[in-house]
Amino acid sequence: MTETASTTWQTVCNTDDIGNFLGVRALVENQQIAIFRVNEKFYAIDAIDPFTNAAVLARGIVGDIKGQIVVASPIYKQHFNLVTGQCLEDENVSVATYIARVQDGQVQLAI
Amino acid sequence: MSKQKIVVVGNGMVGHKFIDNLVNHSDAERFDILAFAEEPRLAYDRVGLSKYFSGASADDLMLTSEAYYQEKGVQYLLNEKVIGIDSAKKLLSTAKGREVAYDKLILATGSYPFVPPLLGKDQPHCLVYRTIENLEAITASASVSKVGVVVGGGLLGLEAANALKNLGLQTHVVEFAPRLMAVQLDEAGGGLLRRKIEALDVQVHTEKNTKDIVAGEICRYRMNFADGSHLETDMILFSAGIRPQDELARQFDIQIGERGGIVVDNNCLTSVDNIYAIGECALWDGKIFGLVAPGYQMAKVAVSHIVGGSDQFLGADMSTKLKLLGVDVASIGDAHGRTPGCISYVFQDGVKEIYKRLIVSADGKKLLGAVLVGEVEAYGNLLQICLNNMDLPENPEMLIVPVGDGSAPAGMGVDALPDSAIICTCHEVSKGEICCAVQEGANTIGAIKSCTKAGTGCGGCVALTTQVMNSELTKMGVEVNTDICEHFPHTRQELYHLVRVGNIQSFDALIEQHGTGLGCDICKPTAASILASCWNDFILKAPLAPLQDTNDHFMANLQKNGTYSIVPRIAGGEITPDKLIVLGQVAKKYNLYTKITGGQRIDLFGAQQHELPLIWKELVDAGFETGHAYGKSLRTVKSCVGSTWCRYGVLDSVGMAIRLEERYKGLRSPHKLKFGVSGCTRECAEAQSKDVGVIATENGWSLYVCGNGGMKPRHADLFATGLNDEQLVQLIDRFLMFYVRTGDRLQRTSVWLENLEGGLKYLKSVIFDDKLGLAAQLEAEMQGVVDTYQCEWKSTIEDAEKVKRFRTFVNTEASDNTVVFVQERAQIRPATEEEIVRLMDPAALANA
Ligand code: SRM
Ligand SMILES: Cc1cc2nc3c(=O)[nH]c(=O)nc-3n(C[C@H](O)[C@H](O)[C@H](O)COP(=O)(O)OP(=O)(O)OC[C@H]3O[C@@H](n4cnc5c(N)ncnc54)[C@H](O)[C@@H]3O)c2cc1C
Ligand code: SF4
Ligand code: FES
Repeated sequence: MTETASTTWQTVCNTDDIGNFLGVRALVENQQIAIFRVNEKFYAIDAIDPFTNAAVLARGIVGDIKGQIVVASPIYKQHFNLVTGQCLEDENVSVATYIARVQDGQVQLAI
Repeated sequence: MSKQKIVVVGNGMVGHKFIDNLVNHSDAERFDILAFAEEPRLAYDRVGLSKYFSGASADDLMLTSEAYYQEKGVQYLLNEKVIGIDSAKKLLSTAKGREVAYDKLILATGSYPFVPPLLGKDQPHCLVYRTIENLEAITASASVSKVGVVVGGGLLGLEAANALKNLGLQTHVVEFAPRLMAVQLDEAGGGLLRRKIEALDVQVHTEKNTKDIVAGEICRYRMNFADGSHLETDMILFSAGIRPQDELARQFDIQIGERGGIVVDNNCLTSVDNIYAIGECALWDGKIFGLVAPGYQMAKVAVSHIVGGSDQFLGADMSTKLKLLGVDVASIGDAHGRTPGCISYVFQDGVKEIYKRLIVSADGKKLLGAVLVGEVEAYGNLLQICLNNMDLPENPEMLIVPVGDGSAPAGMGVDALPDSAIICTCHEVSKGEICCAVQEGANTIGAIKSCTKAGTGCGGCVALTTQVMNSELTKMGVEVNTDICEHFPHTRQELYHLVRVGNIQSFDALIEQHGTGLGCDICKPTAASILASCWNDFILKAPLAPLQDTNDHFMANLQKNGTYSIVPRIAGGEITPDKLIVLGQVAKKYNLYTKITGGQRIDLFGAQQHELPLIWKELVDAGFETGHAYGKSLRTVKSCVGSTWCRYGVLDSVGMAIRLEERYKGLRSPHKLKFGVSGCTRECAEAQSKDVGVIATENGWSLYVCGNGGMKPRHADLFATGLNDEQLVQLIDRFLMFYVRTGDRLQRTSVWLENLEGGLKYLKSVIFDDKLGLAAQLEAEMQGVVDTYQCEWKSTIEDAEKVKRFRTFVNTEASDNTVVFVQERAQIRPATEEEIVRLMDPAALANA
């Protein structure tokens, strides 16, 4: 997804609602979205784990694997690239990603 | 051709080694062997004698067995002392009147403890320390004594002092010389050793010359010293040196040295044809070797000479590394700096009580000797440099100066060693032989041990042997990767030590100092567990929170549909009716599924993230605490009803289970821990399938360790018996903390033990005998964990900021619509996917 002139930004929370290397879940237009903070950067992906259909990805551990920033699903531990949504263990599986930005201390998602 | 008759006098460590070498030689067929033992049993491990005081039986100490001798065709006569040699007729005679002919005679009669000729030395409770029978006498005497004195502050004397201390006596060491271990240590080293030992409540009296032993006033005896002072004691243990047992040689015209010892040449032959002497009774080049390794070398040389080989005995290294009363001490080569022109480097740390000294040749190039007290990690390295006459690095002091970041001191690495370097002195195995074994396919330390024997003697060389093996494997291109993940080039155990030693308090500091990258779902929870085991901080403290697995983070167990289960602690499975009612009420209010777990408690399933603090508020108010069902930590201590109610019970198993659960709750460990306590041997609590199992007997508690149910059940091993409550807790403290220190990530105690070098025996030696001198530290660390316990849930609900973290959504109060339940047997359960489709979309159902 790229940012275009018509992008609308939806504010979800304050930056300090998300601890460093942690995730939170937001409900945006009935979509469950997981938002993570890695130092000063914010990443957003679908919150639902495609392997179990449970909305758990915001609760995974964030880190890096071979240089890619990832979250590990807390259920069966598959890793998802936070930038591309690609699952590292199964090339046929990925999750949607969203663009996040910080505006006046608030985290906003492009919807 | 008729066989040659080999007769071995003395079946001690060296006599046995000789026999073992000969029967396993390719020419073994040519010989008949007969062994005479004055003692009532075959050879046992005299070096490990002190283990007897911490539970090892005479059987545990045996180096061989009658069955083995029979299988190998070795004849032996126990309890039979040889008293005569007729070298002209080649005949022996024994105290039992037997006469035996020999072709070759091996004297392996060892030595005897020297008791100074003082008045009163022959009274009861005046004992020595050399045989199993001596130890039995010491134990008996200690049971009717309060104070004990060891005469002699050498290596053996200090070992004996340790034994007396373990037997519960108020212990003194009386030494004639001005310092302890005068043979091995220099003045400063001996002084530090003294201070360390005195700190352990053993009183040291140096420069004391005992005059006589008379009746005491407060104690059984009074020892009067030449300087007019005296000391009262109930028992006395003489450990004032050894004397070679050369009685036979003396009487039957075999040459002996001026100060005793049977003179031998480089072939271990005595002055009389066909008679050899080996071990502590032999005098080579004017020297007696009071250690086992040189004796083993002599055994090898004598075998070689008898079968026509060419091995020679050319002296032996007397360097030693020991743990005396928990203090590490090592001495290498010219420890006193007696070589003309030599120079010394000294490192002293008054706070940590460490003393190290290097003695270096006049040109600064070669290492001549070293003394280490308080920290001996450098020993292996220094010994190799010294023995192999290797060139020293440019700044030799770097070998003993600690480096700042807590990593191992700068050494020269095994790669610098020549192939001829002897790695295992006990079995004379060289680096080259180990490398060969690796090339031939031995790629585990176990395999190396069985094909080269390295490491199977005193065990002191295992670390170095492993390094040689790993370095060789690496050279062969085999990856020896024990790193926990791509972020840390370390094992869990190494990380544990780095955290402890470097006083590291956060993951950030750990990865900055010892790792790379951001970390991952392997190293982060591992680090969290290690930090918790070491410092026991609140797990949701800001920098710690992102390290936790979701279960630890939300302090509940994640279920397949993203909800959580809640398991309050029900210590020992005991619960009041009122508390049962609360659980029922809470479950009803929040519509939770309830089930009795396999661990004797109650699990409440189906809570959403935001409901957890609400539910826990009610539980905490009712007096419940977290049950850590989510943590790699103590789960349950299962109990049976025990002596309080059960007609067969012998001890209060419920009471003990609760005590143990209360003590260890909250301890973070490499994997989960489960205990069981049964009130009698019927074992209703199934304690023998637990990590820690306790079973009541008429004589006290029996402790079992390292059992496992689960995927690969393992029956627990009996660890100790006849324990009172305090002894039981003390052993469990040490056991758990040692596991916490050394266990691998997600390694249950069962698997840990099976991978532990030396197995149960080693574990006992560390936990029970305190061979590593760690016990006090382990107990203190455990006490630290116990003292800093907090109920994580209580701390959480008291902190509004922490509670915020449990919100299901950061931007709305709505609840998770992917969580769908259906009813079954009058309770909720997660809906199946098919049910979800049907429930969410009635149209789909209509169209079906
Ligand atoms: C709830 C419970 C089943 C029950 O309803 O009875 C249970 C549930 C789980 N067990 Fe268990 N085990 C439960 C008793 C046991 C027992 C019985 C016991 O403790 O006496 C065993 C065998 C004994 C043993 O551990 O040696 C047991 C052996 C396992 C194993 C295999 C461990 C092994 O070493 O082989 C696992 C898997 C693991 O830990 O890697 C496991 C893992 C799990 C997990 C954590 C699996 C998971 O990740 O979802 C389950 C989550 C618990 C939850 O959501 O609350 N559970 N589990 C029991 C909780 C006991 C409690 O009160 O805390
Ligand atoms: C408590 C203790 C701790 C020690 N710790 C260490 C250590 O850490 N490291 C180390 O290297 N060494 C240590 N030693 C020394 C080590 O035990 C000896 O070096 C080793 O046992 C010598 O073996 P040996 O066979 O020569 O003598 P022994 O083991 O003493 O065996 C001699 C045997 O010969 C028997 N015998 C004697 N005369 C006769 C006879 N006329 N007829 C029949 N049998 C006879 C004796 O009864 C005895 O059983 C320790 C010794 C003790 C006592
Ligand atoms: S183990 Fe023994 S004491 Fe405990 S319930 Fe069973 S029979 Fe009774
Ligand atoms: S040095 Fe004793 S076992 Fe190797």
